[in-house]
This record gives sequence, structure tokens and C-alpha cells, in this order.
Amino acid sequence: MSKAKVITVQDLTKKFGDFTAVDAITFDVYEGEIFGFLGANGAGKTTAMKMLNGLSKPTSGSGTVAGLDVIKQTEKIKERIGYMSQKFSLYEDLSVVENIQFYGGVYGLSRKRIKEKTEEILTELNLQDVAKKLVKSLPLGWKQRLAFAISMVHDPAIVFMDEPTGGVDPKVRRQFWEAIYEASKKGRTIFVTTHYMDEAEYCDRVSIMVDGKIEALDTPDKLKEQFNAKTMDEVFLKLVRN
Amino acid sequence: MEAITVEHISKSYGDIKALKDINFNVKSGELFGLIGPDGAGKSTLFRILTTLLVADSGNASVVGHDVVKEYKDIRKKVGYMPGKFSLYQDLSIEENLSFFATIFGTTIEENYDLVKDIYVQIEPFKKRLAGKLSGGMKQKLALCCALIHKPEVLFLDEPTTGVDAVSRKEFWDMLKNLKEKGIAILVSTPYMDEASLCDRIALIQEGSILSIDAPEKMISAFAKPLYAIKTNDIYETLLFLRKQSYTESALPFGEYIHLITKEPMDENGIKNHIKLENIQVEEVKAIRATIEDIFLDLSKTEETLNTAN
Repeated sequence: MSKAKVITVQDLTKKFGDFTAVDAITFDVYEGEIFGFLGANGAGKTTAMKMLNGLSKPTSGSGTVAGLDVIKQTEKIKERIGYMSQKFSLYEDLSVVENIQFYGGVYGLSRKRIKEKTEEILTELNLQDVAKKLVKSLPLGWKQRLAFAISMVHDPAIVFMDEPTGGVDPKVRRQFWEAIYEASKKGRTIFVTTHYMDEAEYCDRVSIMVDGKIEALDTPDKLKEQFNAKTMDEVFLKLVRN
Repeated sequence: MEAITVEHISKSYGDIKALKDINFNVKSGELFGLIGPDGAGKSTLFRILTTLLVADSGNASVVGHDVVKEYKDIRKKVGYMPGKFSLYQDLSIEENLSFFATIFGTTIEENYDLVKDIYVQIEPFKKRLAGKLSGGMKQKLALCCALIHKPEVLFLDEPTTGVDAVSRKEFWDMLKNLKEKGIAILVSTPYMDEASLCDRIALIQEGSILSIDAPEKMISAFAKPLYAIKTNDIYETLLFLRKQSYTESALPFGEYIHLITKEPMDENGIKNHIKLENIQVEEVKAIRATIEDIFLDLSKTEETLNTAN
């Protein structure tokens, strides 16, 4: 692949006392890629992601995110990435527009830019009619797409999504994946953790963590071939059980 | 014998209709799944059947007892695992289990054979506080606590939400064993792929049941032409297919697109048509529906009806 690398990670390790939560993981993620980051509960996904987000200092190893060093430039990283989790980061008691303005302000956008972004998001998501409505009054699917759009309000190189679709409507999940495809088409890199193995099949490439290590990394097709499995669920079970 | 009967149950919270005229029954030794997304009304139904909430209208009974008049009898005979982890976080595994046994006037020893298969998996950590357990272990402990008084009916509200694929699989294996012991199980889940593990399922959305049947029968009864399509550009392909007059719906399903057409079509015809858009088509094949296809199709019909009304 000749595309630019947006994440590079070399032997990244995190220890808590005697316990090695993340054990020398190495991988790259490319521009515009939808990268699935999978693992069982407690495999070390969240810890690894925190190091990439500049929220946790690695014990050893090195890495860059959007060209910035995960050890020395953690504050800069926070400015260059977007983050979204299952518990939407939106303020329920603020309106749609107020949420966009708030996050625009947090990320230090100029007044002019916030205005532009607000127009852009309202138009793209077709939210003009509910612009002044409180976020809590919106259906789940709309909230989720708004949260996604807001996570990109500062045009980050990469968006990290931590279990973004847990328990939601199958219809809503699909609308959401379509929004992800669209963002990736525009060159945005998407780094997503999920428990749903069927969702792993939406990703361009997938890594699977087991006990702190990355035990598999490839396209869903190649992983299924490698593990002689019909679904990603089977791949996951074979890996984790052995 | 009917373990659960539900007749015309409705419940509203203010203006919100959480349940609209729900009817179904569950037999002894049956594993019955309520399949639907967040906000479908699953937890409300569980709370009514476990006698924690009173319905606005309709009747329901559990092991032959009315949920309102004979709630005390029901509470002795059912096990309930709520969606939210509700054990005592600052008691150990062993203390939690012993607490629940005592409350129901029994002992761990008396019903040990019922929980044994599950309990042995967490027993090595029995001194550990419940609050310090992983998701999968918490879930096993909660199931043990719901079983320790040997209930006739087990209510499990989203027991596998947020739990990884391995623990989910183990959990369903455990349910199969319990079912064989004659316990009726009502389980809810947002995971459509778990539907096939139930004897019968009800698809539920926005307070209404869309369909009730054995999963296999539901799949066989799905009559619309359905194709799985794989291309090098899912997003462009979706946009293209949605513009075509032959398309009823086109939705992403992992690395495939599932296309429902108004009339049966030739697979090669679809393939060649997409190729005209300079999209590389790897595969077009007619497929059997999954429960998720059926759910999406039914919920779409429901939406159209609502708009029409």
C-alpha cells in the first residue's frame, strides 16, 4: 500500500505493576482506512487506545499518531484526533447548534469557522429543522450521526471510536456505517473498537488482541481464509480459545 | 404447561407507549427470545412479568400465577437477571451467592448441582469482590445468583450486552443446558445473530411485536428476492443500487450489500448492471434471509404504515 501512514506503532507496551496490559504491539494504519481494533474484554484494547489518544503514557515502545509522537506530543495529538464513544459525548440539555458551537469552541475554532461548520453539519445531516431542538429530543440514530459529525468538527486526521454502536437498532447501525464509509471516502481515517464480530466485516482491516498482544491483523477476507473460518465470529473464537 | 402467558399487555410512561398490546406465551423448557433494539420495550415487559411494575391493561401470568394478584408466589419461583449488573459490588463472589441463597431460604449446597457447571468457572476467584470482576465473570455470577433457588422460569434481560464473543457463546451453551433441565427461559437481546439459538423468538420494536415464530420458520417464510453483493466500493454501490427502479432496499451487511428487489432477478444481470458504473463486482448471489434481514424488512414496513396513518 502506497498510502500515507496515519498511525505507526512499534513495540508499544503498558505495564501496571507486574501486569502487562499491552505487550509490545506493532502495527500501522493508513490514510482513509477503516481499521477495526478487536479483542475480548480485558485484552488491552482500551489501554492501547488510551496510549494512542495521548491519555496514557507507554511504559516502553514508540508510536506516532497523525505524525505526532505518542510519548512527547500527547497534547498536540489530542488536537489532531476526534473521539467518539458509545456514551455519546453530546450534551443532552443543549440544542443541536449549541453542541456544535461548544465543541467548535473546545477545539479552538474561530467564530467564522464555527459558523461555517455549523451550516455544513446541519446541511449534510439534514438537521436544519431541528437545529434549535435539545439533543435529548432526537432519535438515537440522529444523535449518533450528530456525535460522529461533531467528533470531526476540527477536521481531525483520524477519528477514534470506542464501541460506537453497542445495542443500537440494526437500521441505525447501518446508517451509521454508511456515515463512516462516507468519511473514509473523503480520506478520514477511522479507528474503531467493537464487540460485534459481524461489524468487523465492515472494516478494511482488522486487528485482534488477545492477552495484550495483537495475534492477528489482516483484511476480514484474509483472516477468514487464514483461520479457515466462515465468519469473523469464528476467527475470533478460534484465536481466543487457543 | 405454559410457563408464561401474556395477553394484551400495554404500558405507557406519560405520552410514551412503551408496550402496545403484547401477546405471547412460553412453555416449560422453552428458550424464548425477545429480539429488538434499545427502547423496544423489552425491559418494561420483563419488569411487568417479574412483578416489579404493573401494566396499564391486559393480563399476564407466570407459572400459573397472576402477575398482580399473586405476585408473591411468582417471586419465589422465578429467577431474574436485570440488564444492569445488580449484585453487591463490595461482596465477594461467594458472599453474593450465599446471600441470594439465604434470602430464598435455601443454601448453596442444596441446589449446587444446578449452578455447578457455571460456578466452577468462577470458583477459583470466589474471594474476589464482585465489583472487581470482568464482564464475562460478572455475568456468570449473576446467572448463578438467579438460579440458586431453583426457579421454574428464568428472566434474562440482555445478559450478553457488552460481553465479548467468547463469553457470549459460553453463556448460550449454559442456557441450553438449563433448558434441558425443564426451566423456561425468557431472554432478551439486541444481537440478531443470537436469535437462531432460541426455540422461538418475538421480534419487537417500539413497543410492538412484529413477528413471532421459530427462527427457522421465520426465515423460510421470507418470500422476497434477496441478493448478497460484494464489490470493491460498497458505498458507491449502495448509492447506485438505491437509484434503481428494481430496488426495494439496499443495505450494508459487513463486506456485502444485501439487496431486496421487487421482482426476482438474474444474478448476472445485476452484476453487469453494477459494472456499468465502473465498480468491480466480485460476487452477486441469491441468499436466504437472516433474522436481521427480516427485522429490517419488517421494521421498514412498520415505518411506512406509521407514516400512512
